Amino acid sequence: MSQEVGRGSENHSDSTPYSFGGSWTPSAVELERRIARKARGRKNSLVAAASSILVLGTLATIVVTSPGWKNLSDTFFKWAYGFEVLPKIILGFGANVFLTVIAATSVAIFGLILALVRTSRSPAITPFRILATIYVDVFRGIPMLLIILLVGFGIPALRLKGVTNNVFILGICAVIITYSAYVAEVIRSGILTVHPSQRAAARSLGLSNFQTLRYVVLPQALRRVTPPLLNDLVSLIKDTGLVSILGVTDAIRAAQIASSRSFNYTPYVMAAGIFLLVTIPLTRYTDRTLRKSIDRQNAQGLA
Amino acid sequence: MSIPVLALEKVRKAFGSEVVLEDISITVPEHTATVFIGASGSGKSTLLRCINLLEQIDDGVIRLDGADITDPSVDPDEIRRKLGMVFQSFNLFPHMSVVENIILAPMRVHSKSREEAISEALELLDRFGLCEKAEQYPDRLSGGQQQRVAIIRSLAVKPRLLLLDEITSALDPVLVNEVLSTVRDLKEHGMTMLLATHEMGFAKQVADEVCFLERGRILEWGKPEEILENPKKPQTQEFLKRVHEAGRL
Ligand SMILES: Nc1ncnc2c1ncn2[C@@H]1O[C@H](COP(=O)(O)OP(=O)(O)O)[C@@H](O)[C@H]1O
Ligand SMILES: [Mg+2]
Repeated sequence: MSQEVGRGSENHSDSTPYSFGGSWTPSAVELERRIARKARGRKNSLVAAASSILVLGTLATIVVTSPGWKNLSDTFFKWAYGFEVLPKIILGFGANVFLTVIAATSVAIFGLILALVRTSRSPAITPFRILATIYVDVFRGIPMLLIILLVGFGIPALRLKGVTNNVFILGICAVIITYSAYVAEVIRSGILTVHPSQRAAARSLGLSNFQTLRYVVLPQALRRVTPPLLNDLVSLIKDTGLVSILGVTDAIRAAQIASSRSFNYTPYVMAAGIFLLVTIPLTRYTDRTLRKSIDRQNAQGLA
Repeated sequence: MSIPVLALEKVRKAFGSEVVLEDISITVPEHTATVFIGASGSGKSTLLRCINLLEQIDDGVIRLDGADITDPSVDPDEIRRKLGMVFQSFNLFPHMSVVENIILAPMRVHSKSREEAISEALELLDRFGLCEKAEQYPDRLSGGQQQRVAIIRSLAVKPRLLLLDEITSALDPVLVNEVLSTVRDLKEHGMTMLLATHEMGFAKQVADEVCFLERGRILEWGKPEEILENPKKPQTQEFLKRVHEAGRL
């Protein structure tokens, strides 16, 4: 049996060239190592637990024993009141979710177009490329709050015929305008990291410029920028709250109404909790995708 | 005599002020293999890229089946469809499985149906003993397997001429042979080829003509026995001596 080891015959395609001798039991050395590893693992987790308790405990004690704590917990953590207004805040959060869905879809399309225009080398696109560059530079350089105010109050002031005065729609537009600039840059960076040899291979197969982009460059680029795009999605969810300054009743606005009625800030804490409920899982997921994509790139580097 | 598949006449290429190819004239008749040897940096890759119109030449003419492909009115995509190119670094598309890599051009460029493209791809994979890798992704394949898939991918569009650029240079010595035997197989089946290689033993086996390139010029050319065994020019002798010392003969 052991003679079969190696690449003796021409047809090494059918079975595995190596055969393992059935069952295996760990040797004494390995068993010893395992015991040592386990002991060290136990010690490590003990140290971690002790230090966590010490640090977090100290922090909690400092906060709770501070002179203002009683006052603060009454205004920020009055749970009974918090749960009373919770339905209103959740309803408001519906507006944030709706804004996010609409904005994310439009941003994906508009951002992609901007990125494609900016990376294109075709001479016919030149004027658009300049415009896209200016667009991205301008809207990445202005605080989003300002853009929301300018669009939300500026456009109705123009009194254009047929243009909406609906703050909800104007708010969405402002968010889309800003985030498209961010997302365009992320996608563009992804396109630029695809190695030129991939393009050369595609072109030498006879694929056109557009086909190369569509089937070879973009799929790789988008896969690479998925983690930063997910990060932008988390930011987008939070930033939809900014449209509340236009008077859109989102979670933040709902909390603001509730708290101004009772001079208690618990509704804000509730709103924060609701945002966290959505953003934390998404952040964790982003983290996992990032690690996976790094692993994949490492694997490709080794091949 | 019939028209050669490929003919270069006094081709010149410069990058800025650096002249990379100068006065290159060759003909590649049908069913023959022309092999370019020469030190790294002598311009072999650039020459192949010029033929594939990935680079624009500065002077001279390149003819494919007699037609001038350097004419500005020629559509480069149209020409590349007739040429297959395999690179030193494989350049498989990492986001596609082996079979998807192979059927991409037949489907998108040659408008074949998916079924037809797949069945042809599987036939090719079978012919080169890679059938069970069809569904794998490139990063799960050995370098030699990846390069053979790259060759198959370029064959799938039934090229008039195959351009092979140092296709074994990035490979483990153990894996070189499987790739070379694939190329030998193609040669026996009448494929017209232009190769750049450092594998002198292999060059001797497949080449109908060997050209020694130095600093962008063809210094010496002829039958493989002449060039590889009795080179006339001192530069060729020097080059072959160095290759020999590196253990590649
Ligand atoms: N895109 C490029 N821009 C500038 N110089 C280049 C470029 N590609 C190749 N060269 C130069 O051309 C010369 C020949 O390179 P190459 O064709 O890759 O040689 P070989 O394939 O024989 O090793 C080298 O000196 C290289 O630096
Ligand atoms: Mg080269």
